[in-house]
Amino acid sequence: MADYDAIVVGAGLSGSTAAYCMAKAGLSVLVLERGDAAGVKNVTGGRLYGHSLEKIIPGFASEAPVERKIVRERVTMMTEDSCFTADFHSASRFADPACASYSVLRAEFDAWLAGKAEEAGCDIVCPAHADELLEENGKITGVKAGDDELTAEVVLLADGVNSLLGQKAGLKKELSPHHVAVGAKEVIELPKGVINDRFGLNDGEGAANLFAGFASGGMVGGGFLYTNKESLCLGLVITVADMAKSSIRLPDLLEKFRDHPAVKPLVAGGKLVEYSAHLVPEGGLAMLPALSADNLLLLGDAAGFCMNLGYTVRGMDLAIASGQLAAETVVEAKGKGDFSNAALSGYKSKLEQSFVLKDMQTHKHAPDFIEHTPRMFKEYPALAADVFTQLFRVDGTPSKLMLKKALPLISKVGFLNLIKDGLKGTRAL
Amino acid sequence: MNVEQKLSQNKFVVDEGNPHIVTHQEKMDPAAVKALTMVCPAGLYTQDDSGKLVFEVAGCLECGTCRVAMAHLPGALEWNHPRASFGVQFRYG
Repeated sequence: MADYDAIVVGAGLSGSTAAYCMAKAGLSVLVLERGDAAGVKNVTGGRLYGHSLEKIIPGFASEAPVERKIVRERVTMMTEDSCFTADFHSASRFADPACASYSVLRAEFDAWLAGKAEEAGCDIVCPAHADELLEENGKITGVKAGDDELTAEVVLLADGVNSLLGQKAGLKKELSPHHVAVGAKEVIELPKGVINDRFGLNDGEGAANLFAGFASGGMVGGGFLYTNKESLCLGLVITVADMAKSSIRLPDLLEKFRDHPAVKPLVAGGKLVEYSAHLVPEGGLAMLPALSADNLLLLGDAAGFCMNLGYTVRGMDLAIASGQLAAETVVEAKGKGDFSNAALSGYKSKLEQSFVLKDMQTHKHAPDFIEHTPRMFKEYPALAADVFTQLFRVDGTPSKLMLKKALPLISKVGFLNLIKDGLKGTRAL
Repeated sequence: MNVEQKLSQNKFVVDEGNPHIVTHQEKMDPAAVKALTMVCPAGLYTQDDSGKLVFEVAGCLECGTCRVAMAHLPGALEWNHPRASFGVQFRYG
């Protein structure tokens, strides 16, 4: 007889969601978390799109430690000395909890969600590092953590992007530098009122800003800035393959981004209170691992559930949904008394029928497009800067019509390139 | 503010004498050594005057970037998560 119905490795968002849903359905669940508390090893940019958690815990944002509700979306093309920003602000259009998104900080947020799982009846042990999977006659029977051997009918690996256990179990290969990006982030403390004033926000409202171009030093990637209650998250995310060929160190690149004339005033006077980093699985379907094996499931970042489209970056909403669907699968398997891969493979079908794999399928060409369109990170931000300089610069020399101003600039990049990339981009993103 | 000053704001518990990352420079080419110095967000990989790779485990943010950057060179890095209760503890995340 196993100690538990299910052992979950990792009390991040997918793990705690799965644990919560399984416990609610009456299963006995153990969660192992390697941090001293849930969330202390986790990092987000970050923003959580709330829809998937809203379906599990309706109205969660009224009790969960969310920072600000995002009402202002900015996308910026940046050169060394300029930036062009699309700025969309609407409190009413993002008011519905079904589409609301929130800035969050993971140490606090994950601790809250793990607490919900505990309330629902799970055992959570932390710090406990799952060293290896226990096997008996080729069948996974549990987890070894330090000196403890813990057994369960099924193990849910929610151990994050660096899922060494998922690799050892043969569900996934080592990550490719082309499929993951490295994120580095500063948390910068500022008074609430200063943040409200600088970003044009009311109390409780937040802004999200993504940056392309100079931010990443022209490499595949970009910058981000999110407003929290009383801090900002400022950082970079750059593909590891590009970073490995870089001639500037990642921390130095972040310094340059922070010192950009358009960014510096936003963070001025702030106090850096934490510096963090994390890998982001951005390879999409091309890096999709096997999601189940006998007595084993793979969730969240460990499964590579993440989408970066340049204008939206999503991972946490996918992780939460994968946790819920993994839990459903396990509850059904428990009903049948069958935890073989045949019984657990319903997990993949559920993901395919849900937004998780549907959206990743819809945007399956996005990672390839982004990686192979370097103009997005160099030439196009420069073009935007040149066009707007022409439009807004008045120096007394004879003026030209807009078309005449823009044409020579566009021909520098190439009309065909622009049309080709535009068509490809709108189809992929 | 340099990266060392930034890291000093973080909460770390160092597992003395038991580093979770071990480097094997003899398995690396010069490009790999340079890549490590570029990709590490904490700037923990440096080269001394003789070209020797120097790695400082205290301050590691546990992102795994170095492991992925060395994925094409088997044996170049031994990479594990720190043991329970060691390593970085993010207070914000």
